[in-house]
Amino acid sequence: MPEKVERLRHDYLRHDKKFPHVWCPGCGNGIVLGSLIRAIDALKLEKDELVLASGIGCSGRMPVYVDLNTLHTTHGRALTFATGIKLANPSLTVLTVMGDGDATAIGGNHFIHAARRNLDLTAIIINNQIYGMTGGQYSPTTPYGSRAATAAYGHIEHAFSIAELAVTAGASFVARGTVYHAKLLDKLIAKGISKKGFSVIEIISNCHTQYGRRNKMGDPVTMMQEFKDRAVTVEKAAKLSPEELADRITIGVLTDIDKPNYTEELQKIRDIAEKNR
Amino acid sequence: MTEQSTRQVLQGNEAIVEGALAAGCRFFAGYPITPASEIAELMSLRLPAVGGTFIQMEDEIASMGAVIGASLAGVKSLTATSGPGFSLMQENLGYACVTEVPCVIVSVMRGGPSTGLPTSPAQGDVMQARWGTHGDHPIIVLSVSSVSDCFDITVQAFNFSEKYRVPVIILSDEIVAHTREAVTLPSVQKIEVFERIRPSVPPEWYIPYEDNSRGVPAMAVMGDGYRHHVTGLIHDTKGFPTDRSEEVNAFQRRQFRKITNGFYEILMTKSFMMEDAEIAVIAYGSVSRSAQHAIIAAREKGVKAGLLHLITLFPFPKKDVDPVLRQCRSVLVPEMNMGQISREVKRVNLTSKVVAINRVDGQFITPTEIYNKLLSM
Ligand SMILES: Cc1ncc(C[n+]2csc(CCOP(=O)(O)OP(=O)(O)O)c2C)c(N)n1
Ligand code: SF4
Repeated sequence: MPEKVERLRHDYLRHDKKFPHVWCPGCGNGIVLGSLIRAIDALKLEKDELVLASGIGCSGRMPVYVDLNTLHTTHGRALTFATGIKLANPSLTVLTVMGDGDATAIGGNHFIHAARRNLDLTAIIINNQIYGMTGGQYSPTTPYGSRAATAAYGHIEHAFSIAELAVTAGASFVARGTVYHAKLLDKLIAKGISKKGFSVIEIISNCHTQYGRRNKMGDPVTMMQEFKDRAVTVEKAAKLSPEELADRITIGVLTDIDKPNYTEELQKIRDIAEKNR
Repeated sequence: MTEQSTRQVLQGNEAIVEGALAAGCRFFAGYPITPASEIAELMSLRLPAVGGTFIQMEDEIASMGAVIGASLAGVKSLTATSGPGFSLMQENLGYACVTEVPCVIVSVMRGGPSTGLPTSPAQGDVMQARWGTHGDHPIIVLSVSSVSDCFDITVQAFNFSEKYRVPVIILSDEIVAHTREAVTLPSVQKIEVFERIRPSVPPEWYIPYEDNSRGVPAMAVMGDGYRHHVTGLIHDTKGFPTDRSEEVNAFQRRQFRKITNGFYEILMTKSFMMEDAEIAVIAYGSVSRSAQHAIIAAREKGVKAGLLHLITLFPFPKKDVDPVLRQCRSVLVPEMNMGQISREVKRVNLTSKVVAINRVDGQFITPTEIYNKLLSM
């Protein structure tokens, strides 16, 4: 095991990038990075053919550490850049990593349209229910009643579910995991990457620094313990009532469907256009 | 674009498409907006036939992101918009500046601000093209005044963007966009096309933002084996974020130096009847056409007028404007805004007499208007 970790670190982390990373000790982002690397390794993908694009936020800092074609874009826009890259060179495997605010507040429109369009991209969304990087302001997934830097009296808006939003918007593959369930995460990410079409992996994560502290949720271990306690698999969830599910985190694959793939459709158009030229 | 040169009747927007295709553009992302939509529509027809990609995005922010992404993956890319959409593109335009990603943005100016006068001509976005994205940055802004310009300048815009690794903005206006004129499109062989310089060193030696005499680093393309990091944060020569002042300073200064190095070709103007001129008109876009007519008419009345037609608006072609200000007793700057370029002219030389004609009522500046002013000066 330690040898494997050493090899993965050597193979996938940049040798010329100065560490330590920018994240707080115990931040869930590191676990997601680990899962992502293990998934890529398991799929035996060529590093030259992989692109990792991010938006802005703590999550957005992930690509700089990884030895792939990496892109740190603007806040909320990772999917738009990824769309251009994938269309320009469909042989590339294009992954994005985004925060909850990044993907569903400022980038919400891009997110639902990417899902609808069904271009073959993978969206990894680290949902820590808060704006980490800017100091703990509320995000679209901050729970009703909780405290944030901009919700000193308790949050009066309602959160939405990122994964369910993705399902409704038409994503081909949608899964949810938590940073406690790292091994499951490895599999979910690998499945998402392998899926032809738009795939979303929502990962519930801890921002103990900005969210946990304000809401007295304890240290990273305590927060992860809570993810464990609240998690319920998709299979078990199917047997529970909405009331029983109210406080639970459903984990596993929520959707896996086949739809016509965008780049293949595009090629059909090109063939017709070339014939009519 | 064919083996032989062809004579066609085209509108300005169509000629931009032809120019882009001739320059090797194979990707377009955009969002419909008057008076630029014809560019997207024609691209959706033409690009697939040459193996290219057209995509209508969910907004102009996304369009600009997709254009940068496609260029990073090695495909020459274009977007086209007008006022409100151009505003939305500004953030990602800055990203293209800081990451030095070649791309071309057409803004067909209409009356503003806001939704403004969607179907009327204007030149109100000149300063937005220069300074619309935040932060200090150099940029190339070219203007078009005729259908044949639309073709030629679009090719030039792609060439500059590839050569200097900088986004290039083409400012058109509603009149140029929708006027139909007969043009001769050159044959493919006659068109000079510049491709970005790619790295020639082995991947392990590649330093993505390494300075050189031109100030333009070789650009690797995603997927070609030169894995590196691209970020909107100010970065060191390796592409990694830095806030070390000496590295930041070197980065910022190189951005300006690479454009200054190219002044000899980037700064484009045309002179008309300037040899013995005593009064000069400095104009750009469709207004320069009115100015030409006015000058011919004024000469018939014995007024020694001439035209300096600005093609490059930014960097401002000071080296061509300065001699005009020295030569002429007064200079007239007609434009469909409240004086965005006349102020630049005044900045070149504060002592010359610079007179402005400004229209912001959605109407074109006619030859008669300029003629009358010339006669009264
Ligand atoms: C256009 C724009 N608006 C605001 C910001 C400031 N900003 C940076 S990160 C961020 C929020 C990050 O939160 P989230 O996306 O949830 O990611 P996290 O930091 O929690 O990983 C904001 C608002 C920005 N960079 N760009
Ligand atoms: S602020 Fe929160 S999200 Fe950001 S690194 Fe710290 S724990 Fe992680």
